[in-house]
Amino acid sequence: MPIQRAKPRFTEVKDVSNITADQLSIGQIGGRRNMVINGAMQVAQRGTSSTGVGAADGYFTVDRWYSNTNGNSAGRLTMTQTAITDLPEFQNCLKFACTTADTSIAAAERFMLEYKIEGQDVQGLAKGTSSAKPVTVSFYVKGHDSATYTVGLYEGTTGRKIAATFPVTTSWVKQTVTFPGDTSGVIPNNNTAQLHLRFYLHGGSNYTSGTFGTSWNGDGNTVQISSSGNSIFESTSATFFLTGVQMEVGSQATEFEHRSFGEELQLCKRYFQYQTDGYRAGNGSGSNRIVVGVPLSVGMRATPATPANLSIHRSGNTTATASIGSIFFNSGVASSTINDFLSVRFDGISASDEVAYSVNFNADLVLDSEL
Amino acid sequence: MIIENAKWCAVNSATGKTDTLIATIDDVSLSVPKDEGNRHYQAILEWVAEGNTIEEAD
Repeated sequence: MPIQRAKPRFTEVKDVSNITADQLSIGQIGGRRNMVINGAMQVAQRGTSSTGVGAADGYFTVDRWYSNTNGNSAGRLTMTQTAITDLPEFQNCLKFACTTADTSIAAAERFMLEYKIEGQDVQGLAKGTSSAKPVTVSFYVKGHDSATYTVGLYEGTTGRKIAATFPVTTSWVKQTVTFPGDTSGVIPNNNTAQLHLRFYLHGGSNYTSGTFGTSWNGDGNTVQISSSGNSIFESTSATFFLTGVQMEVGSQATEFEHRSFGEELQLCKRYFQYQTDGYRAGNGSGSNRIVVGVPLSVGMRATPATPANLSIHRSGNTTATASIGSIFFNSGVASSTINDFLSVRFDGISASDEVAYSVNFNADLVLDSEL
Repeated sequence: MIIENAKWCAVNSATGKTDTLIATIDDVSLSVPKDEGNRHYQAILEWVAEGNTIEEAD
């Protein structure tokens, strides 16, 4: 029987130097490309709806997404984590709906949705070096009508920035913007907010009157937002829907990197977490203080703030309560980077030094270490 | 953030330092750690730089 040579299974590639990720027909490629946590808007530890957004800055609903306002606009929004059924792959989005319009835009007014990233998490961009890499932002967006908004990057240490416009229609559309590498402005390798991804949804002339900054620049605020853009406050029918936000190194937008809910939740907890009330172990510190140990499932970025009305009562003395006197991470090996055991000292409660107590919080423990 | 007031808590006997303050920020009373990485403490430092004063502990 003649022996036949097997047919080659692969076509020889003569030149691989120009193949890019989006040309590979291999579906989802390796993970950990997306620098954005909660880009699919799955996690909303604080709640799913918040009204009156626009009056002050803050994290209101979906984790990691910051509503940033300047200039006392009268415009107000409702911000929600909204379930969606009209975009395959995605189950949730962030939605802004205007509830109070503001068509008289004062110069200093600005409203944006912002995602802040720690400096140590964007070192792969090599920003500020001759090897600076481009970064590609992709996202799905829709609105109540056709509109144009501005998306941009802002670097916190030197104030360098770059932006582009993107269209919004009444249907979900994936938008992709690639920003070139920036050879100026080294990003410090630390745990503070250094790179800001911004969706500008409203801006007065203090932010729009210059020549729109579509290349990296250190110019003033006037180049931040396109003057041809719309405002989310233009009418009470205005809406803005956003999901599937991905930011990745390079000039190609790859498929959205889906992560499990559990994984996204753990990533969010570095910045914000709840612990339900219940009994914990405390230790007497002097005659009128108890220090309560709070193990954290995820170490936090920095020492968190917590509502000051949190109090405890201790077993054997359920009527006496105490209020927070100190919140700190125990010093120890590498504690400044691990931050996974929090101590909360409560003052004004009778105790004996170095005696163990069982104590109960009067409310859930809310820990905020956001950027 | 709109800061209305801020006051130091008593010294932490475990560390011998004052490491926490109570502040009213955006109408909410918060226990804020003296950690320059904490965004609320950063806002308080900016508030102090504008000429405001953190009240001493009782």
